[in-house]
Amino acid sequence: MANALAQHKPIDEALPRKTRMRLGRLLIYGPLCVMAALYLMPLWVMVVTSLKPLDEIYGGSFIGLPQTVTLEAWRAAWSEACIGTECTGLKPYFTNSLLMVIPAVVLSTGIGAINGYILTKWRFPGANFVFGLLLFGCFLPYQAILIPMARTLGLLGLAGSIPGLVFVHVAYGICFTTLFFRNFFVSLPDELTKAAMVDGAGFFRIFWSVILPTSIPIIVVSCIWQFTQIWNDFLFGVSFTSGGNSPMTVALNNIVNVTTGRKQYNVDMAAAMIAAIPTLLVYIIAGRYFVRGLTAGAVKG
Amino acid sequence: MSTLEIDRVRKTYGSLEVLKEVSISIGTGDFLVLLGPSGCGKSTLLNMIAGLENISGGEVRIAGKVVNELSPKDRDIAMVFQSYALYPTMTVRRNIEFGMKIRGVPAAQRDKAVRAAADLLQITHLLDRKPSQLSGGQRQRVAMGRAIVRQPKLFLFDEPLSNLDAKLRVDMRTEIKRLHARLGTTIVYVTHDQIEAMTLATRVAVMKGGVVQQLDDPQTVYDRPANVYVAKFVGSPAMNIIPGKVEIEGGSATAVIDMAMRPAVRIPGIQLSSRAASRYAGRKVLFGIRPEMFSVGNGQAQGAISVDVDVVEPTGPDTLAVFQLGGVEVTARLPPKQVNARASAILAVDRSKVVLFDPDSEELIN
Repeated sequence: MANALAQHKPIDEALPRKTRMRLGRLLIYGPLCVMAALYLMPLWVMVVTSLKPLDEIYGGSFIGLPQTVTLEAWRAAWSEACIGTECTGLKPYFTNSLLMVIPAVVLSTGIGAINGYILTKWRFPGANFVFGLLLFGCFLPYQAILIPMARTLGLLGLAGSIPGLVFVHVAYGICFTTLFFRNFFVSLPDELTKAAMVDGAGFFRIFWSVILPTSIPIIVVSCIWQFTQIWNDFLFGVSFTSGGNSPMTVALNNIVNVTTGRKQYNVDMAAAMIAAIPTLLVYIIAGRYFVRGLTAGAVKG
Repeated sequence: MSTLEIDRVRKTYGSLEVLKEVSISIGTGDFLVLLGPSGCGKSTLLNMIAGLENISGGEVRIAGKVVNELSPKDRDIAMVFQSYALYPTMTVRRNIEFGMKIRGVPAAQRDKAVRAAADLLQITHLLDRKPSQLSGGQRQRVAMGRAIVRQPKLFLFDEPLSNLDAKLRVDMRTEIKRLHARLGTTIVYVTHDQIEAMTLATRVAVMKGGVVQQLDDPQTVYDRPANVYVAKFVGSPAMNIIPGKVEIEGGSATAVIDMAMRPAVRIPGIQLSSRAASRYAGRKVLFGIRPEMFSVGNGQAQGAISVDVDVVEPTGPDTLAVFQLGGVEVTARLPPKQVNARASAILAVDRSKVVLFDPDSEELIN
């Protein structure tokens, strides 16, 4: 490497090597820092605004550091802010979202895993066709299924309820989770299943003892993906639930859009932060698996 | 008592026939090698014996019992796969005892069986490692350990050595042979490597296109191949197949091989049954001569042939000489430094071992 560089005479011989390297670094990191700052600006505004008393916001700038730091807005957003006519804060809706997101993520990931397992290790005539149909589901726009889904939920007696919303998210998520798991399991050798069959293991035993333990990365990918999709979903939430059953995102919208008197910017910002924290946490905790899992199967070795 | 009978077994995928009425029968303690190129149906046949593929027609009997409809676990078999197929998340110990666990074998007994197998295969120090921490040869041993603890009626090996490097392959081959000698279990072993087949088998089934070409002990397959295909597939370098003519002179058969620039080569004293002699007298045949059946001769000896050596390839213990005979390229295995490239040489042929094939059917003439 060093030899190769030495043979090509540097274009600019005037500056010593070290200075030139520093200059190069500056040219790389300078713009990167500017871009990062630009990208983080909204977060900065949200954080500082949520920590300011309302008077300071109306009296001063949006961007500056708060003169007096107060968590009053966070408390208000969590337990006092008015959503429509109810002034309960985000707390009950946060619970709603948890009640929705946990079963929906677990069910869609579980079903996706079994689907992927069947589509790769227990192939049946027409397996590719079924997989094609499932793939097609990934490209269905949300809006297209709103009315048929509303009708289905009505027939099932789940309209307007949290279980109904779980059902919608599971049905919509299976396409994606099946795709994840199928592509992961395709890279596992079929001989693994055969060996387990000769050892006497059955369908579910092979799944539990042999296949699932190898698929931690893809389980994490599926969970992160599904959690983010479902937690952040607004359209299904606003379409298929009402009033006290609404998820977090719908409640947040109502807080921000329904105001009496002065607009409570600090409460709005705190509420938005509360809504974003769970996905942020999931990414921080499981993020490294996400990249690893997404590239698994793509690169062998 | 663990015989295996494959009785007119067929395998079809739609209209595609992969196995055509294959019949093979071996006795207790036999080591059967299914030998053939890829796509000949040997692995399919093994999977059908294991119960991993459906049998389209015919019967498979293990120890006299028809197993067509039994699932793999009820067939009393154990299998070693080409990729070893070790469970990647389990330790070596858990890999070996997985099957026993499923069958509800008590822990103490499992432990004893794992220990015994690990001792036999010298992998005791590896028991708590994961497969990813093992080398290819060690993985191979673990896979065999998993099969051994089962104490099956039948071991099935699916190209178990083809993922190993050349040196290790030879070592593991010896290991498998030793294992067979010690356990005495009936083995079915699939490979495309004819050396593995020769060294390991008590019975070799050479397959091509879903048909068994020959089922015999290895030496017979080598010495008297059933047809030209088997002759060329078994042995390296392959058996030379030289077109020529049989002439009967005073009750003994003589091979007459035409040469381009010289008088025809005559090799008297070819072994031929009287029935075949009368049938093929004066007719065209194919002569099968293995490279090592040539030797350096002298001009006076009867049946000595004079050839122009084209290329010599020293391999160390001996030298391969390539020349033209009867219009085809022929290889002879000779002692080192006896002949030179681009020079003529006098060679003799071990006449008693020359085999003849029918030029139309390419079958062995008995």
